[in-house]
Amino acid sequence: MSATTPPTTPATTPRTPPPAGAAAHATTRRAAPPARLPGTTRLAWSRTAFEVLTFFRERDAVVFVFAYPILMLAIFATVFGTDDEVVAGSGVHFPQYFLPGMVATGVMLSSFQNLAISIAGERDDGTLKRLRSTPLPPAAYFLGKTGQVLVTAGVQTALLLAVAALVFDVPLPDDAARWGTFAWVFVLGTAAGAVCGVAYSSVPRTGRSASPVVIPVVLVLQFVSGVFFRFDQLPTWMQQVASVFPLKWMAQGMRSVFLPDAAVVVEPAGTWQHGATAAVLAAWLVVGLVVGVRTFRWRRRDDG
Amino acid sequence: MTTTSAPAVLVEGLHKRYGAKRAVDGLDLRVEHGEIVAVLGPNGAGKTTTVETLEGFRRADAGHVRVLGEDPAHGDRRWRSRLGVVLQDNHDMAEATVREIVHHVAGFYPAPRDPEAVIDAVGLREKRSARTRALSGGQRRRLDVALGVVGDPELLFLDEPTTGFDPQARHEFWDLVHALRDEGTTILLTTHYLEEAERLADRVVVVADGRVVAEGTPDGLGGRQARRARVRWTEDGAPREEATETPTALVAHLTDRLAGPDGEVAGLQVLRPTLEDVYLGLIAAADGTGATTHEETDL
Repeated sequence: MSATTPPTTPATTPRTPPPAGAAAHATTRRAAPPARLPGTTRLAWSRTAFEVLTFFRERDAVVFVFAYPILMLAIFATVFGTDDEVVAGSGVHFPQYFLPGMVATGVMLSSFQNLAISIAGERDDGTLKRLRSTPLPPAAYFLGKTGQVLVTAGVQTALLLAVAALVFDVPLPDDAARWGTFAWVFVLGTAAGAVCGVAYSSVPRTGRSASPVVIPVVLVLQFVSGVFFRFDQLPTWMQQVASVFPLKWMAQGMRSVFLPDAAVVVEPAGTWQHGATAAVLAAWLVVGLVVGVRTFRWRRRDDG
Repeated sequence: MTTTSAPAVLVEGLHKRYGAKRAVDGLDLRVEHGEIVAVLGPNGAGKTTTVETLEGFRRADAGHVRVLGEDPAHGDRRWRSRLGVVLQDNHDMAEATVREIVHHVAGFYPAPRDPEAVIDAVGLREKRSARTRALSGGQRRRLDVALGVVGDPELLFLDEPTTGFDPQARHEFWDLVHALRDEGTTILLTTHYLEEAERLADRVVVVADGRVVAEGTPDGLGGRQARRARVRWTEDGAPREEATETPTALVAHLTDRLAGPDGEVAGLQVLRPTLEDVYLGLIAAADGTGATTHEETDL
């Protein structure tokens, strides 16, 4: 039979008119002036609160994103102790040398690893598709992620500094210039990590494979970027590989904040390289943004 | 704003292919305001592709599609705020509670329903403080429905809403849909369950191989030919069967001719086709595999 010419097919009967009450209701509904759509700023705050709430309920995320750098600092500081100086005469002990690397690691975990794994999961479990079916503006979703990353990384860094200062007697800087450096490295590093995390979230094929696809990248970067070892003692080729990626530059930028000026002698370049740090982080920010915008999907790959 | 005469959903000649497979192949569909329309069809018939095109998730390869007067491919926030969408197979937002999620999503809409009233309406009052990961399949689905209606939509899409429900949950869900209809919500529903279509829908559209093979009221689907009764009896020790639009007359005739001393016709049965019989006949005919039903329904 033909499906495209219903009036002539015997299978077709006249349509049931809608119930009178229903039609009247629909008409009054349309006659009312439309209420204002909620603003993007308000929705971004609402999303941030919801994201923070659910993040801290997820045990995996809390352990492997939030608590990990604090635990690693505690372990390394305890193992290496505070007896030996990193460089004789510098007054810098191992806990102080490791602190900047752990701060940088925390920023990378809270931004890159957190978003790469959580967005891959949200794509897989239908969160993204559901949000796309509502009038929530995409900007509010991404601002909510940004807010959650800033809250997580901020609280995490504050805790890390508190543990370092109170438990391991690491001296914290007391001049505004160093905290100014801290601020721009933190913000630029978080932003670059976040956009790269959004872009990388499209790599895992499923939500379940997200952790095994994301965590090795993060671990290898930690080993080659001077988080667990003195960066200047790594083989030259490894230093060169690490210099392509942002974690090395974040760690170096944080060393310039938390180590005394005298410690610059353990930098392979012999300077803190603030210009290069800003340039590399900004480049990753741009690359991550472009790739993320081009590859972002609200649906699973196998979903049409 | 749309004019009152425009239908809530209008689809003309929708085509969508994935590689070599024609998922939707010239489908037409019209849903009036205030109407409940059920789209029936086997797996792979193109139901979900069609609905997801109407929801703005997929782009049509060809055809004219209007939902609440707009092209879903270019639907803006205002347009989305007038729709409610219940997708298949969600297990998202596992760590938030029912109450947190319904209140959160209500905030996306310009004029939402009262979230607490919605939680009551879907029967999740006792589970409102439970995290969604702790909900049963049926409770999870009711949460999906709550999120679909909390924005007070003019048009609600329900994609296989009661899959996995036990019979009692399904009946409660049907009551909920009737209540929504009484409030004027237009509903487009896909389902595997014939009984669901029969209970809920003003009109049923049967889809097979990406096109509409029949549409009509649940009572009238398939037309008179498909709804002919079958009369069975035993004559000379052999079973006999005849399809007829006038079974009463046939039975009277058989009584005159064959009734024994007790006034009975041996083995007499009058079988009325259920919606399921009609549906299976239509699908078999669309597949080109129909045997006797094919000829009987005269498709």
